[in-house]
Amino acid sequence: MKVVVCIKQIPDPATPYTLEEGTNWLVRPDEQILDDGDRYGVEVGLQIAEANEGTVTLVSMGPSGNGQGVRQALAMGADKAILIEDDALRGSDALTTARALAAAIKEEGFDLIIAGTESTDGYSGVVPQMMAELLGVPALTYATKVEAGEGSVTIHRQTNAGYDVVNAALPALVAVTAGVVEPRYPTFKGIMDAKKKPVDNLSVADLGIEVTSDQTVASIAEATARTAGQKIEDEGEAHLAIVALLEERKVI
Amino acid sequence: MANIFVLVEQEGDGPTTLGLELLAKARTLGEVTAVYVGTGAGVDVLGEHGAARVLQTDPGDRLPAGPVAEALAERVSAESPDLILFGQAYTDRDIAGRLAARLGVGVLSNASDVRLVEGGVETDHEILGGSQIATARASRGPFIVLVRPKSFVAESTGGNAPTVEELVLPAAGSAEATVSESHVEEREGPQLGDASIIVSGGRGLGSAEAYELIERLAKQLGAATGATRAIVDSGWVPYAKQVGQTGKTVKPDVYIAAGVSGAMQHMVGMKDSKTIIAINKDPDAPIFSVADLGVVGDVHDVLPKLIEALEAR
Repeated sequence: MKVVVCIKQIPDPATPYTLEEGTNWLVRPDEQILDDGDRYGVEVGLQIAEANEGTVTLVSMGPSGNGQGVRQALAMGADKAILIEDDALRGSDALTTARALAAAIKEEGFDLIIAGTESTDGYSGVVPQMMAELLGVPALTYATKVEAGEGSVTIHRQTNAGYDVVNAALPALVAVTAGVVEPRYPTFKGIMDAKKKPVDNLSVADLGIEVTSDQTVASIAEATARTAGQKIEDEGEAHLAIVALLEERKVI
Repeated sequence: MANIFVLVEQEGDGPTTLGLELLAKARTLGEVTAVYVGTGAGVDVLGEHGAARVLQTDPGDRLPAGPVAEALAERVSAESPDLILFGQAYTDRDIAGRLAARLGVGVLSNASDVRLVEGGVETDHEILGGSQIATARASRGPFIVLVRPKSFVAESTGGNAPTVEELVLPAAGSAEATVSESHVEEREGPQLGDASIIVSGGRGLGSAEAYELIERLAKQLGAATGATRAIVDSGWVPYAKQVGQTGKTVKPDVYIAAGVSGAMQHMVGMKDSKTIIAINKDPDAPIFSVADLGVVGDVHDVLPKLIEALEAR
């Protein structure tokens, strides 16, 4: 089975994000990390490939920087990576991103595409669905459990009330939620092997896609800041201050 | 008059609160058509909230996104609405993404407000943990905007019953997903989105087992339980409990954050709560900058005493 996993390198969310003057695009430093949410997608892809004599190809779009995030996913066990990088794609919207990823995946061929539910830096939350539409396959989304084999895939899809069991024939796309599986840590051998794995680089011209952007960030303004209230040190009685405030707010 | 389409999901025997929030905004912008996904129960409520017309569609056991996006794309091409509003919710996102790809347009996602302007649409977005507001502009339609929950207040205007048409779905094809079972997870207490009190836990709890403290406190207060992304990612609690940028947006009367540091990702989902109480060991934790009452202390000391004090009442 041919499994493709979409991943993204993002600026470390633990560091303050900055915006580029003029465009208000997110500044992407050379040093980026694998989006934490993507480790789950990689793990799901690896488990399915292992159970179905398959392969895992990573596909990623964006400035590759020092490539640390992609190497981490390769070190977990993926077979190869395809990186889409082109200045023409800077500041691209969700649709352009989906077009680029879908074009690369179509060229590569696939039985199953795994993606995260949303990226941590952009979080438009619609790229997997757009890719599925462009590729003409069903998108099984918000997966909290995934089982695939024998030409079909079944997931538990998170709902407001609980979950639905959703099935589809392959080829299909599955978007997973964080926590769906326990991602493995790269082994030392995995890290060494990752250095020898094939990484293909593609540009917009290679993919032959249309790059549109009809959206701009017109302005940025400070939000009304909430002010901090009282701060107390717990010396054994702080719970009483909480009880008093809950009483004052008439919720108890 | 502008022509506004609003996607509204049915849940149980009526529209979701999120759908009604969108209608409250849409009716200030123009004439409203609600695209109602479900069996059609509670359709009159849509009229009471400002929809003049309802396009009702029941996907049955088909996963809605594929067929609904296909049928809706045809309607959009035929009627050229000035704006198509969706909520930032599971099925809404699925339909919006597929619809946008079909129509060859982008989406404006995670909006907190939307305006029709000369030559396009303008939306506001809370960024960098809600510390700043970005205003985005789109210049080529059809304009598809996804709005975060709680951005507008659902309110009935006592409008008339809407005219109802069926949005006919395409015949089922092989390249689509089906829903074979629906499971309702039994839960005690209110849902996150509707709760007037929420108790949330973060990494500071130290272990999955310690989340029991959050549940016990919530039970005493009749509160819903929430969580940070960090402990959802760690598998301590399910994704459904996640509050924040990639989870749920909440605005309860009281939000109690226990062992929550206050990452940007979390703050954007809860900072508009009326009263925020934070308990954290680290006196420099960012959560204290939004807390009305901040307790610098160990959740394992403070929570058991708080639960005990409430039990004793």
